[in-house]
Amino acid sequence: MADVAASQRRGELGTARPLILLALLALSCCAIFLTIGAQGNWSFVLPIRAPKLVAMILVGHAIAFSTVVFQTLSGNRILTPSIMGVDALYGLIQTLTVFFAGMLFAANSNSMTLFLVQTMAMIGFALALYGTLLGRGARDLYKLLLIGVIVGVLFRSLSGFLQRLIDPNAFVVLQDRLYASFNTVETELLTVAAILIGLVTLAFWRLLPQLDVLALGRDTATSLGVDPVALMRLSLGLIAVLVSVSTALVGPVTFFGLLVASLAVSLVGSRRHAETLLAASLIAVICLVGGQTLLERLLHFDTALGIVIEFVGGLVFLAIVLKRGIR
Amino acid sequence: MSDRHILSLGCLGLVLLFVASLFIGAGDLSFRTIANGEMDGEALRLLLVSRLPRTVAAMLAGASLAVAGLLMQMLSSNRFVEPSTIGTTEAAGLGMVVVTLLAPGALIFVKALVAAGFAIAGTAVFLILIRRLRLKSGLLVPLVGLVLAGIIQAAAHFVAYRADLLQSLGAWSSGDFSMVLQGRYELLWIGAMLGSVALIAADRFTLAGLGRDVSVNLGLAYERVVALGLVIVSAIAAVTVATIGSIPFVGLVVPNLVTMTMGDNGRRIVPFVALWGAILVLGCDVLGRLLRYPYEIPVSVIMGVAGSALFLMLLARRRTAHG
Repeated sequence: MADVAASQRRGELGTARPLILLALLALSCCAIFLTIGAQGNWSFVLPIRAPKLVAMILVGHAIAFSTVVFQTLSGNRILTPSIMGVDALYGLIQTLTVFFAGMLFAANSNSMTLFLVQTMAMIGFALALYGTLLGRGARDLYKLLLIGVIVGVLFRSLSGFLQRLIDPNAFVVLQDRLYASFNTVETELLTVAAILIGLVTLAFWRLLPQLDVLALGRDTATSLGVDPVALMRLSLGLIAVLVSVSTALVGPVTFFGLLVASLAVSLVGSRRHAETLLAASLIAVICLVGGQTLLERLLHFDTALGIVIEFVGGLVFLAIVLKRGIR
Repeated sequence: MSDRHILSLGCLGLVLLFVASLFIGAGDLSFRTIANGEMDGEALRLLLVSRLPRTVAAMLAGASLAVAGLLMQMLSSNRFVEPSTIGTTEAAGLGMVVVTLLAPGALIFVKALVAAGFAIAGTAVFLILIRRLRLKSGLLVPLVGLVLAGIIQAAAHFVAYRADLLQSLGAWSSGDFSMVLQGRYELLWIGAMLGSVALIAADRFTLAGLGRDVSVNLGLAYERVVALGLVIVSAIAAVTVATIGSIPFVGLVVPNLVTMTMGDNGRRIVPFVALWGAILVLGCDVLGRLLRYPYEIPVSVIMGVAGSALFLMLLARRRTAHG
């Protein structure tokens, strides 16, 4: 109830200010990332840094959107796609394709078709699994959460198991995919990713009013003329696309979505998805680009950003649980 | 069936697995050569230096991990915890990274000791955290444990990454018996001995499992019993991590399956938990050797799949009420 009071107090203008500040901060992070320590020829610096920057913006945006919407669907601020094992599912699908298709893909690896096929499979599985899990409603939230976490562990273990059975040459191909990082982004994939994320963002933008209504609760939403089940199916499918794209680009990051979404909610404190989504997306870009700049340029750690995010995000999760319990 | 019958049946199964484990593997050693008395020095060496220690190590690790899981469940009054899901194992791994970084040449015993220290600290943090939980939901406790384990794991990864120890950390965090040779696993006996202490003090742990207020009322030195349990669980986790690496879910699945049929009386069930733990881990190890013969699949990988699937089944069975 505190959010409602806060948003009423701040009104329309009040939420605009933090958003503008966030946007400025995100822009300056990007500018610093592109220019810091850059000497000499721009035609040399830009082609190296720009794809990395674009990848980070895309991934941050995808994770922020998927998390905030997933939290609305589950009616809870602590469930996120990655905590519920969605990106582990994507890893399993990747492993399965290599396992069954084997060297076929390794030989003429057209990463584009492979990626699209996997994304389709991902949408199907995510709908089947999470549609049933969330469909029953969050009656026993802890059970849902624990099941999600263990399902994630099961998917990861199954992937690990299958990887042991895979032909070593095919495994090398898979390993590159599974352990992608911001330093080894595939430029070819980047274009497809940008297009997909753009389309999903547009779709979500049109769904915003309905999501706002759904956030009032399932029963209220139904009486206001929104079909919660249909909306949930559609949104879950879109979320599956976002998670596929971000995982394909940089691999799984468990707690990042939670970190970003809770920061966005506490900063903007709005029930309107447009504002929360925008804020979450901007915060994600700030965290990723700013964090990467800080670690890479100032502290000279190379690929440790994921580990740091995991550490901080885990602490945030514990803090939320210990302070308020789960709402 | 009485306890005695089940116990003897289980023992029979363990003996069969034991014999199977001695004769299954990439090296050439068949039952017939031994039966015909045609055993040469090479075969004998393979048996005594590799197969026998490996088999014993799997049994010791399985039994002590299962007992450690049972203890942890009693201490936190929750069925869904075990050393590898609450940060104990991860903290032991962090300890191994730190001691390898500071004193690379230290004896394995010293390293295990440091790892045990870290494990105690990690488990203590978990116990403190769950005491501070406002909502005493039975399922929030394992959740907090899993996240704490993730945080400690991230810290270990970070240190290992900076110190170029990621490969060693990988070995500690994924249990595998293929490297077990004579002279490299004996530390596990310490874990087994600590497990027997748990058998002697089982009635106290059962009482402590009823909660602080009840057990103090019944005249139990609650804090001391909890401290003893903490040390036993952490030391078992530490010696396992130091010798063969962590094996997930053993301590969770085995005690749950046993208490489901036999109830919660600690003194009665500890021998069964140890026995089934040994059978499970040795069985998974033998399976790992067979599935992709002559290559091997580490026991931790098999337990990860089997354990998480069983865990999900346990969760589904659990009534929505408190448990």
